[in-house]
Amino acid sequence: MMQLVARSLAAGYRRHLVCDGISFTVEPGKILTLIGPNGAGKSTILKTIAAQLPPLGGTVLLGDRVLHEMPEPAVARELSLFLTTRLHTELMTCRDVVESGRYPYTGRLGILSAHDHEVVEEAMALTHVTDLARQDFTCISDGQRQRVMLARAIAQEPSVLVLDEPTSYLDIRHKLELLTLIKQLVRERRTAVILSLHELELAERISDRLLCIRDGRIDRTGTPEEIFAGGYIASLYGMTQGSFNALYGVPELSPPAGLPEIFVLGGGGSGIPVYRRLQREGRPFAAGILPENDLDYPVARALAAQVISVPAFSTVDGAAVEKALAVMQQCSEVIVCCKAYGTVNAACKRLIEAAEQGGKLC
Amino acid sequence: MKTTRTAAGFLLLVILLVLSGILNLISGSSSLTVPDVLAVLTGSNTDPAAGAIVLQIRLPRLIAAFLLGGALSVSGFLLQCFFGNPIAGPFVLGISSGAKLTVALTLVLCLRQGIVLGSWMLVAASFAGALLSMGWVLLFSGKVRSMALLIVSGVMLGYICSAITELVVTFADESNIVNLHNWSQGSFSGTSWQDIRIMTAIVTASLILTAFLAKPLGAYQLGEAYAENSGVNLRRFRAAVILLSSLLSACVTAFAGPVSFVGVAVPHLMKSLFGTAKPLIILPASFLGGGVFCLACDLLARIVFAPTELSISTVTAIFGAPVVIWILVRRQTRKEAA
Repeated sequence: MMQLVARSLAAGYRRHLVCDGISFTVEPGKILTLIGPNGAGKSTILKTIAAQLPPLGGTVLLGDRVLHEMPEPAVARELSLFLTTRLHTELMTCRDVVESGRYPYTGRLGILSAHDHEVVEEAMALTHVTDLARQDFTCISDGQRQRVMLARAIAQEPSVLVLDEPTSYLDIRHKLELLTLIKQLVRERRTAVILSLHELELAERISDRLLCIRDGRIDRTGTPEEIFAGGYIASLYGMTQGSFNALYGVPELSPPAGLPEIFVLGGGGSGIPVYRRLQREGRPFAAGILPENDLDYPVARALAAQVISVPAFSTVDGAAVEKALAVMQQCSEVIVCCKAYGTVNAACKRLIEAAEQGGKLC
Repeated sequence: MKTTRTAAGFLLLVILLVLSGILNLISGSSSLTVPDVLAVLTGSNTDPAAGAIVLQIRLPRLIAAFLLGGALSVSGFLLQCFFGNPIAGPFVLGISSGAKLTVALTLVLCLRQGIVLGSWMLVAASFAGALLSMGWVLLFSGKVRSMALLIVSGVMLGYICSAITELVVTFADESNIVNLHNWSQGSFSGTSWQDIRIMTAIVTASLILTAFLAKPLGAYQLGEAYAENSGVNLRRFRAAVILLSSLLSACVTAFAGPVSFVGVAVPHLMKSLFGTAKPLIILPASFLGGGVFCLACDLLARIVFAPTELSISTVTAIFGAPVVIWILVRRQTRKEAA
């Protein structure tokens, strides 16, 4: 198995330079994921290292050879490409499509040998499309189509697999299936995989390394743990609306503007659906009283106008309750969603009593 | 199952070829019987008139119709793969008409100077015209992505070229008009054995080269990116497809004038017959099918209103155009179903 190395690569279209100074290594048995905003140059980089575009500078090494100087069939035997563009085939069965992956191995007329047929069958079994073999490629679902295309890529027996946004058009189940297959390929065949993804939570889960592309440059590179720490994702994407919850891997919209109208007494995950509903309805709210390691806390921080919290693993104390009562004074409603009260949040019961007396409980 | 279907398809084509071949030899203004024709072909014939009819008129015409029909269909299939457009073809894209124009211009100019042109020269002129039209179509296809617009531009180009050809023919020397007029309408008549030798050489050479395109064509059916990823050298492949499809349709135009719709209809009929679009099957099938189609159409052109002969394009259009409409309707309904 070979590795693919990009050395200070400049990529783009003829006169139009899209990215510059790109260096990275795709190792056998590892997954490298490109993330970054639209138009940052991810696709251009992938096209260049897949030999679809000539580099405008720098080199790409496949094993110890310069990729763009290798003859096309030699590249085709080592590097396979997987695109999201919809194909308009005519009278091609799924098996025909998968068989096209064997082209670099066949002779002048492109006739498949017994071994080629074996590899095709194996690839189709691996991606669970054997049953579709005889069906027309245009008459299957998007999820099935992506699996067939993956089987095609596998039939090519590549050292390096390049995938440009493989999860587009797929629903969550098919996204997970596809990524699981890619993981399996990497583990069993030690394929070197490089792909671009828009789904950050999935990128975090399947990648061994992340390459963050911004404005045509590598902004940062590292393990998912490193990249998803702190508020980096928001700055990578230049997010001005909402935030990205790196811990849960979910995006949050901006909190409703204004002073809190409603006080939400949450905890242990019970608050999250209420926070989200209030955000949807555009009603500013305050959340409390949450230990900073509470499930609700990150979402409350993202969506609430004000959060009353106590340090992680700490008991809710009198000071916090006083503060919460003061905020509650200004609110016209109180929503209690927390059902469990233990030693840590026992003091919150005082808030419920106060809300009841004020007639604000709903 | 697939191989039986393929074998059955080719068997059917061969049977149709033999049948239409026999019909072409025996029917016409003086009907002959099968034994008559056999006698001529085996050399045991005693009737000089029958010998002349078969050997000097019907046999060369039959061979021309077969070879040129096949060439036209193969050219059409190449263009369809290349443009990813099921109704592309040398006639629809204006390539035949471009070739027709340059041939007419060359003929008229040379005849005026008193130069007698050899068949090779005509093929060269035709090839130049085909390439010019192809250049226009390529330029246009780079600008527009819509397949409908591409076809419209081709049809318009065809009209422009035909109009200029008509002009040239109208102002040509009277003595040449009759011949030129016949030719510019499309016809397999008056093919000489010398013509047959040349067209056989060109068509055979082109077909051998085309056979080597079967593999990259197959890869190209998944689009440019995947073709390149399969190891196809796109630049060389594109050049080969353009040159070969132009040469094949130019050869047809040089010898028989414009022949409409064969290039679109036959490859499509073959795909339906064989249930696949694999170039390795469809290329030879298109050649055979195109040959059979043109033989049958030429037969009709000769005998339906005998002794008046129809132009070959009249007949091919009657049978070919509905196929094009059928393709379009089927694609639309399929799109709606999906």
